[in-house]
Amino acid sequence: MIEIVFLILRDVCLFIGALFVLVGSLGVLRFPDFFSRIHATGITETVGIAFIFAGLIVEVGYSLTSLKLLIILVFVFFTSPTSSHALAKTAIHAGLVPLTHKGGNQPSN
Amino acid sequence: MQHHLVLNLVAKILIPFIILFALYVQFHGDYGPGGGFQAGVIFGAGFILYGIIFGKDLAVRVVPLPLVYCMTAVGVLLYTLVGVAGMLLGGEFLNYSVLLPDSIAGQHLGILLIELGVGITVASVMISLFFSYAQYTHRDEQQSDNQDR
Repeated sequence: MIEIVFLILRDVCLFIGALFVLVGSLGVLRFPDFFSRIHATGITETVGIAFIFAGLIVEVGYSLTSLKLLIILVFVFFTSPTSSHALAKTAIHAGLVPLTHKGGNQPSN
Repeated sequence: MQHHLVLNLVAKILIPFIILFALYVQFHGDYGPGGGFQAGVIFGAGFILYGIIFGKDLAVRVVPLPLVYCMTAVGVLLYTLVGVAGMLLGGEFLNYSVLLPDSIAGQHLGILLIELGVGITVASVMISLFFSYAQYTHRDEQQSDNQDR
């Protein structure tokens, strides 16, 4: 009985994670300008990877491998927002104006 | 890059773990995935991250350039010396079995030293490549400054 619960939990976690990553990829393709694309990848892929790793931890159970997965998860939580932050800050410094209703730089397709 | 507070903080947190992971990949390479080349790349990437975030001048104070150039040769020298030691002890070039009386222990020691040599060379070559590129951009900026005046 408990195994079936774990199986369902794993599948739900993996599915939600894959869904978040898919939505993030769609956002990169569909959003109009640089900053909203950063927003799409930076947030959804961090959450998606968190769900995928949670599913994998449920899959391998209580072992050293799950501890390693947890450590990788912590590193992704640190590095992924940092890279988004660095990209956005560099774009601001380079003079890219965010696209708002007042205008902004034209999107570069 | 003093105003990049987030990058500074995250790099300060992450760099020790990157170097620790490089040492893990180096010395666990006998039993798991890894080895000298990968460990050297990770080790060099840690120092390159430091150089990118905190600037070349601080990075040169952490790893002086003459030391980097020396370590480039030391790694290759270690590799060759282990090979020649195998020849001197009665085996072939790079035959680890004759390094110690027990052939299994000798093979362990041999592969450990060989991979250490590879790791040292790869890490120092990556760091010196980064420093040479950083120097070029620095020099070009100075030249363009002079032209502006």
